[in-house]
Amino acid sequence: MLMRCGPGCHCPSPSPSNLIPKRVTSKESCQATDGKHRQSQKMIHSLFLINCSGDIFLEKHWKSVVSQSVCDYFFEAQEKAIDVENVPPVISTPHHYLISIYRDKIFFVSVIQTEVPPLFVIEFLHRVADTFQDYFGECSETAIKDNVVIVYELLEEMLDNGFPLATESNILKELIKPPTILRSVVNSITGSSNVGDTLPTGQLSNIPWRRAGVKYTNNEAYFDVIEEIDAIIDKSGSTVFAEIQGVIDSCIKLSGMPDLSLSFMNPRLLDDVSFHPCIRFKRWESERVLSFIPPDGNFRLISYRVSSQNLVAIPVYVKHMISFKENSSSGRFDVTIGPKQNMGKTVEGVVMTVHMPKAVLNMNLTATQGSYTFDPVTKVLTWDVGKITPQKLPNLKGIVNLQSGAPKPEENPSLNIQFKIQQLAISGLKVNRLDMYGEKYKPFKGVKYITKAGKFQM
Amino acid sequence: MLESSKDSAKLDAMKRIVGMIAKGKNASELFPAVVKNVASKNIEIKKLVYVYLMRYAEEQQDLALLSISTFQRALKDPNQLIRASALRVLSSIRVPIIVPIMMLAIKEASSDLSPYVRKNAAHAIQKLYSLDPEQKEMLIEVIEKLLKDRSTLVAGSVVMAFEEVCPDRIDLIHKNYRKLCNLLVDVEEWGQVVIIHMLTRYARTQFVSPWKTDDDVVEEYNENNFYESDGEQKEKDRNVKKTYTMDPDHRLLLRNTKPLLQSRNAAVVMAVAQLYWHLAPKSEAGIVSKSLVRLLRSNREVQYIVLQNIATMSIQRKGMFEPYLKSFYVRSTDPTMIKTLKLEILTNLANEANISTLLREFQTYVKSQDKQFAAATIQAIGRCATNITEVTDTCLNGLVCLLSNRDETVVAESVVVIKKLLQTQPAHHGEIIKHMAKLLDNITVPVARASILWLIGEYCERVPKIAPDVLRKTAKSFTNEDDLVKLQILNLGAKLYLTNSKQTKLLTQYVLNLGKYDQSYDIRDRTRFIRQLIVPNEKSGALSKYAKKIFLAQKPAPLLESPFKDRDHFQLGTLSHTLNSRATGYLELSDWPDVAPDPAVRNVEVAESAKEWTAILGKTKKEKPTEKFYSESEEEEDESASTGATESESGSESEKEDKEEGSSDESSGSSSSSEESSDSESDSKESTAKKTSGAVKESNAEESKKKAKGISKNRNTSSSSDTESSSSEGSSSDSKSVSDSRSDSDSGKSGSATSSKVTTQVFVPTKTHEMLHRMTGKGLSAHYHFSRQPDMFGDHMVPVQVTVTNTTDQKIENIHIGEKKLPLGMRIHEFNPIECLEPGGSVTVSMGIDFCDSTQTASFQLCTKDDHFNVNIQPPVGELLLPVTMSEKDFKKEQGMLTGMNETSATIAVAPQNSTSLVIIEKVVKAANLGVVPSGQDNIHRFAAKTVHSGSLMLVTVELKESSTAQLIINTEKTVIGSVLLRELKPVLSQG
Repeated sequence: MLMRCGPGCHCPSPSPSNLIPKRVTSKESCQATDGKHRQSQKMIHSLFLINCSGDIFLEKHWKSVVSQSVCDYFFEAQEKAIDVENVPPVISTPHHYLISIYRDKIFFVSVIQTEVPPLFVIEFLHRVADTFQDYFGECSETAIKDNVVIVYELLEEMLDNGFPLATESNILKELIKPPTILRSVVNSITGSSNVGDTLPTGQLSNIPWRRAGVKYTNNEAYFDVIEEIDAIIDKSGSTVFAEIQGVIDSCIKLSGMPDLSLSFMNPRLLDDVSFHPCIRFKRWESERVLSFIPPDGNFRLISYRVSSQNLVAIPVYVKHMISFKENSSSGRFDVTIGPKQNMGKTVEGVVMTVHMPKAVLNMNLTATQGSYTFDPVTKVLTWDVGKITPQKLPNLKGIVNLQSGAPKPEENPSLNIQFKIQQLAISGLKVNRLDMYGEKYKPFKGVKYITKAGKFQM
Repeated sequence: MLESSKDSAKLDAMKRIVGMIAKGKNASELFPAVVKNVASKNIEIKKLVYVYLMRYAEEQQDLALLSISTFQRALKDPNQLIRASALRVLSSIRVPIIVPIMMLAIKEASSDLSPYVRKNAAHAIQKLYSLDPEQKEMLIEVIEKLLKDRSTLVAGSVVMAFEEVCPDRIDLIHKNYRKLCNLLVDVEEWGQVVIIHMLTRYARTQFVSPWKTDDDVVEEYNENNFYESDGEQKEKDRNVKKTYTMDPDHRLLLRNTKPLLQSRNAAVVMAVAQLYWHLAPKSEAGIVSKSLVRLLRSNREVQYIVLQNIATMSIQRKGMFEPYLKSFYVRSTDPTMIKTLKLEILTNLANEANISTLLREFQTYVKSQDKQFAAATIQAIGRCATNITEVTDTCLNGLVCLLSNRDETVVAESVVVIKKLLQTQPAHHGEIIKHMAKLLDNITVPVARASILWLIGEYCERVPKIAPDVLRKTAKSFTNEDDLVKLQILNLGAKLYLTNSKQTKLLTQYVLNLGKYDQSYDIRDRTRFIRQLIVPNEKSGALSKYAKKIFLAQKPAPLLESPFKDRDHFQLGTLSHTLNSRATGYLELSDWPDVAPDPAVRNVEVAESAKEWTAILGKTKKEKPTEKFYSESEEEEDESASTGATESESGSESEKEDKEEGSSDESSGSSSSSEESSDSESDSKESTAKKTSGAVKESNAEESKKKAKGISKNRNTSSSSDTESSSSEGSSSDSKSVSDSRSDSDSGKSGSATSSKVTTQVFVPTKTHEMLHRMTGKGLSAHYHFSRQPDMFGDHMVPVQVTVTNTTDQKIENIHIGEKKLPLGMRIHEFNPIECLEPGGSVTVSMGIDFCDSTQTASFQLCTKDDHFNVNIQPPVGELLLPVTMSEKDFKKEQGMLTGMNETSATIAVAPQNSTSLVIIEKVVKAANLGVVPSGQDNIHRFAAKTVHSGSLMLVTVELKESSTAQLIINTEKTVIGSVLLRELKPVLSQG
C-alpha cells in the first residue's frame, strides 16, 4: 500500500540507482546561441512529451524552435538512472536546462534557457498534466494524441512566451470546451466551435477561479474529508513516526456567486494548512473559519497536516514472522492483520504489499482470507485482504523458496499496508456547518469522511 | 482543403496541420495557404492559424507580413479577447521588420482599458525585447507605466518583463514597492513567484541587515504582535528603536508574504521561504520550515527540489528543522535520490540529543536493499561520528560490525569511513586495523582495499607483525590490482621499508620493480619517485635522509563535510542552487547595505496609490485619522452600478482584512476634523456624482446625493474605519481613483449579476449608551455605541465601540474583559486589553458581540488591574442588522416570498415635519441599521437589511398615505425581531 495514487502522485518503486544530476558547467552557453537571441529568454522555452519507450510524441515551442536533439541529454540521464523514478528532475546541458516531471508514464520535459525557480516549472508542468487529466479523463499518451489539437490550444492558452497565462481549469474550460461525445456530434452538425469567443470573466476579476453565470437546477455542495495516515512502525510494533495528512476535496455545483463559509468543530486540530487561492486567509487567521467563493466543479479546498505531537491512533496492527533459515533454500512467512481501536468502523480494502529480497524465487502461501499474488520478476508480493472482521483475523502463511546457494537475505522486507475506513476521519476532525451567503437558494450539502492509509510501513 | 469555402473543411485541414507541427514534422510549405485564412471569421480556425503562424513566421518572413494588417485591424476590435490575442500573436511573430509596429501596438495596449490587454502588453514587452534589444529605452518607459498599474492581473506580468528587460533599474520599483507588497496576495500564483523573487533582490539592496543585531535583540516585532493592540505596539516600537529598527517597508514585505506560505503552489511557498531565509531576522525565519515540510508530501520532483533547499538551510541553522526530524525519516519506497537527500538532512540535524535515535534509524537504513543508499548511510554515520564526539566510539564499533556484512559495497564503504575516522582519532585502534587486515582477502572493491592498505601503512608500527605479511600477499597479486590499490601497495612498501627494512627490503624492491614496468604512467612515476627517495644510493643524498619524515608525517584528518556546504552562496530556490553552478541569467543577491538608502524614495505622491499606503502608515506612524469618507463614494458606486459589484468587493476584501487589525485601534485618536471631513466629503460627493451620472439614471444620482447630504450632517466622527475608507487624500484624488476602479470593474462585470450585497454603513448613530458610571466604576467610566462597521470580527458579530475614560487622578492599568455571563450561543470577541490609561485619558476600543439575533443583554465583567465591575450591553434591535443594497425589483421579489406569517404591519400617524422623503430616510436609518433601496415612487420608501447572525432578510417598507398617516410593513423570517423593530420604528416616525 504504499501509496495511494491520487491524481497528483505516481507510484514509486524502490530501486537503486544514481541520483545526482549530471553537472555540466555551462557558463559560456548563452553567448554561444546566436547573436540576436543573446538576450536571456525567461521561463519555459519548449515542451516535449516523451513516453516510456523514449519516443517524443508531442512538442510545443513558445519561442523559437529548439531541436529535438536536446532530448538526447535527457535520454542519457534516463539511461543512467535505470529506474524512471530516479531520473533527476533538473538536468543541465551545454545550452539549455531540462526540467522534467514524470506523470502517468509520460515524461514532460521542458527546456529552459536561463535562471528560473525550478519549482516554478515543476509546479507548472504538473498543472499541465492535471489539466489534461481534467479534460480527457486520463493523462495518457493515447488521450493526448487523440486530442492533439485541444492539447495545443490548451498549451497556447496556458503559456504565453513561456510565462503562465491561464492555468485555472475554470477559465480554460470557458476558453476551450472540453471534448465530449455530445459536443463533437453537435459541432459536426452545426459547425460551431470548441473555442469560446469571449474573454472569460474570471480572467479579469479578482476571483479568477470562478466562472460567471453558473446555473444548476440542483444546487449541491459536497465535501470529502479524506485523511491519510503516514506511519512507520518498527519490528516490535511501536510507532516510529506517524502523521495524519488530510485533504478536503470539494465538488461544488452551485449557481451564481455563492459565498460559502465552512466551520469546523475542532479547527485547532489542523496544524499546517494550505489553501486553494479562493480562501480568505484573514478569516481563517482570526476565526478559524474557511470563507470562500468556490470555483465551479471539483477542486481541492485545503490540505492539512495534523501535528505528529498528537497521538495518532493506528487502526490496524500486523503480527509478522518472516524468517530465513541459514544455509537452506527456504524460509517461513506468517503474517496476521488485525484491527485496533477504530471507533466501531470496519477496516476495508486492506491490501498488503511486500517487496521481497532478490533471492526469493517463489512463495507457497495460504491465505485464510482474500487472495495473494507473487510476481517473481519484481519480487512483489501482493495480498488483497478486503474487509477485516475482528472475529476471524486474516492470516497469510507458508513457505518462501530461495535461490539455492544465495546468501540469506539479511533484512526482513518492509510491509506496506493499504486500507480504508469509511465514515471516519481518524484525526477526529468534524465539519460543523456550512453557510452560504450571496445567493438565495438552499443548497444540498453533504460531507463524507474517509480515512486511508497513506505511506504506511511496518 | 484550405481553399475550400466551407469552414468545417478548413478546420479539419488546420487540425491536421497542427497535428503535424505537434509531432515535429515540417509543415512550412503550406504557409501561403494557411496565411490566407488568418482573417477567417471562425474563431477556432483563426486560433489554429495563429498557432501555425507563431511556429513558422520566422522562416517565412515575407509571407508572414501579409498577415500583419489583419492583426492591426484586430487590435482595434471592441472585443478585448480579440485585441489581446492579436497582440499576442503579433508580438510572437519574430520578424524584425515589424518591430516599429509592435512597439506602437504595445504602447497603445499598455493604456488599454482592459487589464487583460495590458497584461498581454507586458508579455509582449519581453518578446519585443528579445527580438530587438535596441528598443530597451522605449520599453523601459512602457514598463514604468505598467508598473504603476493597479490591477493585480498586470502586476505579475510586468514584473516579469522588468526582470527580463531591466533588472538593474531598481529605481523603477521604489514608487511601486508598497503597492506591490499590498497587491501580492491577490496576484495570480505565477506572478507571485516572480514578484517575490524580485522583491527579495530589491530588499537586499534597500534595507539594512536585520541579522547583525540579532544576538542582543531578539527582534521584538515577532509575529503575534501585529494582532495586539496599538498601545503595545507603540511600546515595542520604542523598545526596538533603541537598538535596531526594521524599516516599516521591510516589515511590510515580510508580513504580506507570510500568508502565502499557505499557498497550494509549491513554487510560491518556496519563494516565500527563500524570502524569509534571505530577509527575515533569524528568529523569524523559522516559520517557513513547517510549510516546507508540508511540501514533502508532494510529487517526487517537488520533494527533490525542496529537500535540496532544506539541506542547505539545515547546515546553517539546525534549529529550524529540528522539530521536524521525523519527517525526514526515509521510507523504503522513496526513490534513491530522495533517500539520499533525506539522509543528508538527517545528518545535518544530528546533535547530542537526537543522535541515539538517529543512529538506530540509520541501522535500519544500512540493511536496506538499496545498496547505494546503504553506502550513503554509512558515510552519514561517519559524519555524525566526527561531528559529535560523544558517539564516535559507538559509531566506530557499529561500523566495525558492518565489516562482517555480507554485502561488499557495505563493507567497502565502511572501510573507507573507518579509515577516515581512525585518522581523526589516531589513538589505539590496533585491533580494528588487525581486523581489517584480515578482511583484505575478501574485499575486492578497490577503494576499500586501498584504504586498508593505507591504514596499515600509516600505522604499521602498531601492527608490526601483520604489516609485512600484508605486503607479501599484495605483492603477489600486484599485477591484478586496480591502479588505486597499486599506488597504496607502493606506499605501504615504502613505509615498511623505512620502519622495518629488515623484513621487507626485498619485498619492497620486488614491488618497486613491478611498478617500474606498469602500464600506467602514474604508477611508473610514483615508483621512480619512491625508489629515489628511500633506497639510499650515491646520487640522492639530502632528501633520502628525510624520507621517513616525509612518509610518516602526521597527516591532518580529513573533514567529513556535507556536499551542500558550498551551496549557500546561491539564492535558495533558484536553478543555480539546484545545479550548484551558475545558470545563465542568474542574478546575484547583493549583500545588505551598511546604511539603508533613503527610504523616502518609496513614498508615493498621494494621488497614486494612497489608498494602500496610508493604511500602512496608519499602523506604523500613527497618522492623523482623517480617513473615512471614501465609503461614501464607494457606496454610491455600489448603488449606481447595480450589477452588484461583487468584484470590487472581493478586490478590496483582502485589503480590508489587512487593515482591520490596525484600523480598529486608530479610532482612539479620531476625534478631530469633523469639519474638514464634511467639507471634503461633499466635494468628493459632487465629483463622484458627476462620474456616475453617465451610467445611472439622473434621479438615482439625485437621490443618493440628497441622502449623502443628510448623512454628512449626522455623521459622527468616531472612526468609520471602514476599510475602504482609509484614504486621507483630498477630493481630487478621491474621484480619480474611483473612476479608475470603475473602469476596471465595468469591463469585467459583464455577466455577473448578483442581487444583493452587504453594504457599508451609511450612518453611524451618535447615541452612546452608558455601560459603567464613574461612580460605580470607582472613577472608571465606560460608554458604548454601535459603530455599524461590517465585517469587523466576522460575520456574526455586532461591532461595539467602547470608550473607556479614566476620571481618577491615577493611572488605571490593564483594563480587560473578565468573566462573561452570556445567554446560550452568544459570543464575545474581546477587545485587546488596554495596558494603561492615564488620568483623564480615554480610549476607544472595539469589540464584537454575537447576539444571536436576540435582544438579550450580554453581561460580562470589565476588569482593571485590581478591580472588576459587572456591566451589560443591550442591543437595540436596529443594531442587529446589516444593511443590504438591492434593486427595487429584487426587493419586491423578496417581499413576495415573505408574506403571510412573515409580514407584520402597522398604520401610524406621521408628524407633519416627517413627511418629506429625506427626513424619513434619515430617521429610519438612524433608528436601525438599514440599507436604502432606491424607489420609483415618491411616497414609498424601502429599506433592506439582513440580520447579523443568521443573515435573514429584513425588508422595511414605509408607505405614506393621505392625511399624514403611513403604512409601515416589515417582512422577515425572523418575526420576533420584525415585530420588535416595528415597535421601535413607530415612534421614530410619529414623533417630531
